[in-house]
Amino acid sequence: MRWSGAARSSCCAIWSRAELSRVSTPLASSPDGGLRIEFTEVEKRYGMRLALRGVSVTIAAGECVALVGHNGSGKTTLLKIAAQLTQPSRGKLAFYAGETALPAGEVKSRVGMVGHHTLLYEELTAEENLTFCAKLFGLADPAQKARQALRPVGLASRAADLVRTFSRGMRQRLSIARALLASPSLLLLDEPGAGLDPEGQRWLGAAIEKLRDSGCTILMSTHGRNETQGAVTRAIRLEAGKITHDSGAHGDPREVLVFAAVRDGGEADES
Amino acid sequence: MTLARATGLILAKELRTEFRSRELLGTTVVFVLIVVVLFSFTFNPTSSESRRFGPGLLWLAFLFAGSLMLQSSFLREQTNDTLAALRLAPIDPFSILAGKMAANFLFLLLVEVILLPVFAVLYNVAILPVLGSLLLVFALGTIGLAATGTVFSAVAAQARLRELLLPLLLLPVLAPVLIASTEATVGVLRDPSELSLVWLTFLACFDVVFLTAAWMVGEYLLEE
Repeated sequence: MRWSGAARSSCCAIWSRAELSRVSTPLASSPDGGLRIEFTEVEKRYGMRLALRGVSVTIAAGECVALVGHNGSGKTTLLKIAAQLTQPSRGKLAFYAGETALPAGEVKSRVGMVGHHTLLYEELTAEENLTFCAKLFGLADPAQKARQALRPVGLASRAADLVRTFSRGMRQRLSIARALLASPSLLLLDEPGAGLDPEGQRWLGAAIEKLRDSGCTILMSTHGRNETQGAVTRAIRLEAGKITHDSGAHGDPREVLVFAAVRDGGEADES
Repeated sequence: MTLARATGLILAKELRTEFRSRELLGTTVVFVLIVVVLFSFTFNPTSSESRRFGPGLLWLAFLFAGSLMLQSSFLREQTNDTLAALRLAPIDPFSILAGKMAANFLFLLLVEVILLPVFAVLYNVAILPVLGSLLLVFALGTIGLAATGTVFSAVAAQARLRELLLPLLLLPVLAPVLIASTEATVGVLRDPSELSLVWLTFLACFDVVFLTAAWMVGEYLLEE
């Protein structure tokens, strides 16, 4: 399920209406390949509630993995643990670049994340948000990096505008630009298509596909069928904090995605 | 990235967002001015009376200012979960606390500097001859106020009854700083003025101990 070149250029054109001639490829690829992540018997407890129950899975470098499952199944918790925003109550998490285990501190500079929230400051402009992020990641020439990152997401003309004046879709695009700013080796996306219109989702799907092709490891949670799933090479379904389906590294993710769409879609309809 | 550089970046961001929104400074300045003006109507302050009651009144106003300002230090990071954005960055977690402490210290000091001349006029106290000593006491006391307030703001921000929790946690811990700061201010405003080394040392020790504790537990404080 790959996007054709025509479809991609068409969606870029739609996305760059405000940009006129400034269309560019939506990409910041990882320069030195993706990270391998190993979750071993990972358990996460919030008070009495178990959000994750003994999750063991290895995500190989360069894989694009979709986490599917209904609300509260543990997708976001797994992503937060991978981002080191929260520690597992039990179990182990390890990162590898090739065969070399990486210390947690070193991993942080190679992770980009689009969260459930936008992770953006409302009182800062789009450019200030990205420049601040670039500085925190110690990037060279942060202002230039920020301006460059705004172009592919179609926000260059709004660089000086405060984020609080942006629509939900524009915020999401800026949030994606922020996540890609430091050319991550591991990209964590929590329902990245939320708030994006169909063109935006197609653009995001194309961007994810290019990142995957460049070797970046991608772990994303999705809900229902959407345009961002085109690049997925593996799908994992979580239910009540446990992995119930895994298409595997060489399997066909579509079966799990379709199954999850039917099952979770049905549950959503019932609720 | 060094701790100092990361702290500087977060401090700059705090200053920029606050001076752009002016959410806190405006409200706090107005609030503490009202407190000081109202108290000046309750009695007709002579110079000697002001020297006795003034320091307590001043630090009470500073405490109110701190309560207003510190509460939102971490709450505003919850709007778009921007604290997660800071924690995702490859920086020392203490730099997040340190940047916010520095910003809170500057905001509080600014409020104090605005309040001081108003206090001097309304309460008939000559502050110019003792300005240096007074600012030294204010600085040491405000470091304690900002450091403890920022740490407990980080703790309270993740709790359900956060608005209630912060004063409950903060006031008992701040009591020694407030007592020491008030006593030191009494000494400075006394005639003849006297800068109490005992209270200054106490304040400096409190600041060092609390900053060290915050550095040691910073990572755990910010975790979900």
